[in-house]
Amino acid sequence: MIDNQDFNNVALKDTPFYKAQERVVLRNCGVIDPESIEEYIAMDGYAALGKVLTQMTPDDVIKCVSDSGLRGRGGGGFPTGRKWSLCAPVQAPQKYVVCNADEGDPGAFMDRSVLEGDPHCVIEGMAICGYAIGATKGFVYVRAEYPIAVKRLQIAIDKAREMGLLGKNIFGSGFDFDMEIRLGAGAFVCGEETALMTSIEGKRGEPRPRPPYPAIKGLYGCPTTENNVETFANVAQIILRGAEWFASKGTEKSKGTKVFALGGKIKNTGLVEIPMGTTLREIIENIGGGIPNGKKFKAAQTGGPSGGCIPAEKMDVPIDYDNLTAIGAMMGSGGLIVMDEDNCMVDIAKFFLGFTVDESCGKCTPCRVGTRRMLEILEKITAGNGEMSDLEELEKLAEYIKANSLCGLGQTAPNPVLSTIKNFREEYIAHIVDKKCPAGVCKNLLRYVIDPEKCKSCGMCKRACPADAISGERGVPYSIDPEKCVKCGACYATCKFGAISKQ
Amino acid sequence: MKSLEELNAIRDKVRDTVVIPDGSDKIRVVVGLATCGIAAGAKPVFNAIVDEVEKAGLGDKVSVVQTGCIGICQFEPVVEVFEGGKEKTTYVKMTAEKAQRVVEEHLKGGKPVVEYTIGANLN
Ligand SMILES: Cc1cc2nc3c(=O)[nH]c(=O)nc-3n(C[C@H](O)[C@H](O)[C@H](O)COP(=O)(O)O)c2cc1C
Repeated sequence: MIDNQDFNNVALKDTPFYKAQERVVLRNCGVIDPESIEEYIAMDGYAALGKVLTQMTPDDVIKCVSDSGLRGRGGGGFPTGRKWSLCAPVQAPQKYVVCNADEGDPGAFMDRSVLEGDPHCVIEGMAICGYAIGATKGFVYVRAEYPIAVKRLQIAIDKAREMGLLGKNIFGSGFDFDMEIRLGAGAFVCGEETALMTSIEGKRGEPRPRPPYPAIKGLYGCPTTENNVETFANVAQIILRGAEWFASKGTEKSKGTKVFALGGKIKNTGLVEIPMGTTLREIIENIGGGIPNGKKFKAAQTGGPSGGCIPAEKMDVPIDYDNLTAIGAMMGSGGLIVMDEDNCMVDIAKFFLGFTVDESCGKCTPCRVGTRRMLEILEKITAGNGEMSDLEELEKLAEYIKANSLCGLGQTAPNPVLSTIKNFREEYIAHIVDKKCPAGVCKNLLRYVIDPEKCKSCGMCKRACPADAISGERGVPYSIDPEKCVKCGACYATCKFGAISKQ
Repeated sequence: MKSLEELNAIRDKVRDTVVIPDGSDKIRVVVGLATCGIAAGAKPVFNAIVDEVEKAGLGDKVSVVQTGCIGICQFEPVVEVFEGGKEKTTYVKMTAEKAQRVVEEHLKGGKPVVEYTIGANLN
């Protein structure tokens, strides 16, 4: 029995999971009722908007955001203050603020959590941006697969409007701002800013060449500032607590915190917010609690299908925009997938490339055709038919696609392949030369074998086999016919004596 | 909204219900009802707490609200209890049955159900 006196010995805040975290973006998530505007206000909500509208000029706001060092959290890391300053001076009868809540990276759910847990902080950030750049109208582009986020955001917009925090003459300042939700159908390319705006306009979500940049010619041809959910979620805090406060966190060129969706082969999956500059080791070993089942850490994928992997040797690199780019990964929007020794890096590269092939919009040839050619080569390698020249071919294609694609989707699609070739070349070579998959994932390169020493000839494997590939009788060790074996692994999972192994 | 004063007045009025002040006998219970929590079964937990609080006649003292994602996916459904001047109590992997006991023993009896807290479920 644990003594009742002790019940708080391990409060949530003292768990390793929380200790290293710092909550700026997620400060209200798990604290307030997201459907209550009063509770948001109770936590100083809309005070930043009030301060901006009653005490600051648009230039003051942009200066504050610039000085804070905030960079875009949607992946690219473009300085937010600079982005706003490009749009502010452009004269036009109509300008727009757009919030990117498309969140297309597989396995990422940072933006969803912010919208579900604290929707008003995004609305407030957008309104402040509207004031700074001179826009009176905003759109939030959310994927329709996020029904709860959509519902809570709509409730939040309605309540803010009821209270006069959206609409005309907010805080008696003469500033008008209102916003609407637009639902996306879940195409990855619609997270790209120009495709997103095209989609809001009701057209097929395809990117268009830049320049002209959205700051000059964006939504409906009007000057537009587009930022990610998490970027907007930082803004009110920066205004309230000051640029210096924000700039005091993080590394020289990456300030503040970053939210990561931690998933894959890790004990504590979840949503973590850490100061920039935290190491991957800290995230995996302390916050994440390490790798389950005593397995060894192999690599972490950041930046999803546009990103790359961080191998074990680079675990002590402080995580920020520039360091991750330097080691061939990227910050991305915050998906962090942990892989252990049972993950095949060629297979991982194939998975991400398969995703981009499916999601390529088809508008430009390098992306549409090039990524498919790369995928075919990866399929050839994992099927056991690879040649060493395939590696060169992959690298050549990759450079070509990166240099010639129309938008970021194609320009970054080869990254997972390039970064795995760079960091795990020997694994590619094992597939190509030795015709072996060291992690035991690629089916065509696998053989299931029964160890006659360990086999108790119980017959369980034979009964489990759907392909009738196992023969033997009671008393004699069983064996698998490699010709008939479909490599489903059913026998492997059934054997109680550990007599079956993957080779 | 006409002025900062008006905003501040709302803040001051509501603040104590969100952040329970020292010395208050009020209790705030939050249930993580983001997509992750709901998928793990947080809705029946929420409903059970509301019902039990009502049945126990604690309606004036205890407020039960939904909240967003606390971040600890593998521990969902998560319920947290905030009391004035005390460290919050985090209950994990909750069910409607466990919720009943928490209302009875903790919210009514004042004694946290240790075995359901995160501290007792870390490994
Ligand atoms: C294929 C592709 C998908 C993208 N998906 C997203 C996304 O889901 N969310 C997002 O915020 N940005 C996404 N981006 C980046 C946006 O184009 C844009 O740079 C970003 O939203 C700008 O906001 P920020 O400056 O606040 O980061 C994507 C880019 C590409 C090329």
